[in-house]
Amino acid sequence: MNAPAPTPRLTLGPVLFHWPAERLADFYRRIADEAPVERVHVGEVVCGKRMPFSDPCWPDVIERLERAGKEVVLATLALPATVRERRSIAELCGDDRMVEVNDITALPARSGRPFVTGPFLNVYNEATARFLAAKGARTICPPVELSLAAIGGMAAACPEVGFELFAFGRLPLAISGRCYHARLHGLHKDSCQFTCEQDPDGLAVDTLDNQAFLAINGVQTLSNQVQAFCPEPRVLAAHKVARLRLSPHTCDMVAVAEAYRALLDGRKEPAAVRAALSALDLPGEMVEGYAHARPGWMTEAAID
Amino acid sequence: MSGPARMEARMELVCPAGTPATLRAAVEAGADAVYCGFRDETNARNFPGLNFSGEELAEGVRFAHGHGTKVLVAINTFARVGEVDRWRKAADTAVACGADAIIAGDIAVLDHVATNHRDSVRLHLSVQAAASTPEAIRFYAETFGVRRVVIPRVLSVPEITALNKAIDVETEAFVYGGLCVMVEGRCYLSSYATGKSPNLNGVCSPPEAVSYDEDDKGMAARLSGFTIDRYAPGEPTGYPTLCKGRFNAGGKTSYLFEEPVSLNAGSLIEGLKKAGVTALKIEGRQRGKGYVSEVVRAFRRAVDAVEAGGDAVEIDRILAGQSEGGRQTAGAYRKIWR
Repeated sequence: MNAPAPTPRLTLGPVLFHWPAERLADFYRRIADEAPVERVHVGEVVCGKRMPFSDPCWPDVIERLERAGKEVVLATLALPATVRERRSIAELCGDDRMVEVNDITALPARSGRPFVTGPFLNVYNEATARFLAAKGARTICPPVELSLAAIGGMAAACPEVGFELFAFGRLPLAISGRCYHARLHGLHKDSCQFTCEQDPDGLAVDTLDNQAFLAINGVQTLSNQVQAFCPEPRVLAAHKVARLRLSPHTCDMVAVAEAYRALLDGRKEPAAVRAALSALDLPGEMVEGYAHARPGWMTEAAID
Repeated sequence: MSGPARMEARMELVCPAGTPATLRAAVEAGADAVYCGFRDETNARNFPGLNFSGEELAEGVRFAHGHGTKVLVAINTFARVGEVDRWRKAADTAVACGADAIIAGDIAVLDHVATNHRDSVRLHLSVQAAASTPEAIRFYAETFGVRRVVIPRVLSVPEITALNKAIDVETEAFVYGGLCVMVEGRCYLSSYATGKSPNLNGVCSPPEAVSYDEDDKGMAARLSGFTIDRYAPGEPTGYPTLCKGRFNAGGKTSYLFEEPVSLNAGSLIEGLKKAGVTALKIEGRQRGKGYVSEVVRAFRRAVDAVEAGGDAVEIDRILAGQSEGGRQTAGAYRKIWR
């Protein structure tokens, strides 16, 4: 006899954008006090060059979040290159808190101790998931292109891990050695002048026919559209989804978290949650194609 | 093998074999090794009319080995949930056919080969695994016995030099052909637009999603309806590869990610040798045998000239014909590319 599946938990993913330290501090202060999320990921994932700016704010942010009862997860870089970046990963992996692994570089340093794999680590099947579970993976947030059915398949075959679905936010689609913010401004990555800071939700990339398409965030490319997957709780339970990940934007993330909390608690229907989200200042149209094994840009209405 | 010893060895030229006919062409043109894949989603060039059946691979291995050429089999997509056995069986078949190495990026595939075939086949880490640090490479070497790493195209030549000093496995570097701008194996742009991607399906910007639509402004090349580039009336059109298109961002219209260029690091062969690179890789399993013959022959001469101490002018002259009229770049090998 199966026990009823526990209600999925809410995770606030790491801020993917280059927010000034004051903005980060203000943001997390409000998350600590008001957002109904169980877990909060903090730290720089996209670009090691931003770390000197944000690093000083983390001790206070972590203290504040933990005092508010949140589980803090330390996120690590997705594309470490320099000695300093690699050292930062090793240091974070030595922490007693949970760590988010976003590149295999972190695995030897963390192996045998619990970790989360972020959406930048390629976990596509149950065999890879089991291998990582044996190394210490407790939560796996698979790459965003995987469908709910694929994630459910892994979860069924790998019950020792909690699977986390990327439910809200611009989708992280690619990472590069080249910085597109620098390139757009006629600069090189090594002397980039941190122009990515001007775009706290990423910079929209439209087609020549002015179709909204992508967004750039330094070395990262995201979707222009905003993933806003709002499934019924029974659908999540059927696929054994343990957590939903909400990816931070400048819109009211407390309201986003409250909307998803109401969805998971069965207090609001998916349509009402979508309506609540669409009333916020989102950086793009709401989509959910990937969850249905369709192109990621497809809206709920376009999926038959 | 340590750095200095590696530098004394002759560099290996690894060439694409999309079909049995191009395999023979590459072998006859002087390839030290050819790489190929099975006719299904287990390999990252899953295009119609390409690739090998088990029987064709066995025959190809016999032909290649008869000429002293090695055969590397790419099983380099990520196994689908519930279907991992298809990827495992592809590896078993490659071993049974006498392949010299399997090129894999998925932990599920690496684990299977390391557990079941460690003594009968070499494991090469696919570029799709995107292992670019000593820690990541050591992990794959120590855990699965990986003997060679195909280097992600994000590193400059000085960074490759430093990397080779920090690891004990061979490295293989792309020198010619198609160029991914994003870190390979970590790019979902294609599935975002079309539903199909390199990791899931072994395809990028697939032909069935492409349309060329003419209107009063000229020709639009589109991918699933998204305009990737536009051409004036009469202007030659290109293939709408997503990351090589023109887009509007920040009030500018530009090839934001990359121009429609291909990689040519021919002038860096000597630098890559000094950096400790073991093998040079030519991209292009989707190419016909005429192209493969010509490119392999030119790079064979260039590599031999470098090994014989030839100067840069001589190398440039050998490779001068290899531009196809298209624009070329040395990519991330030169730091300024970033």
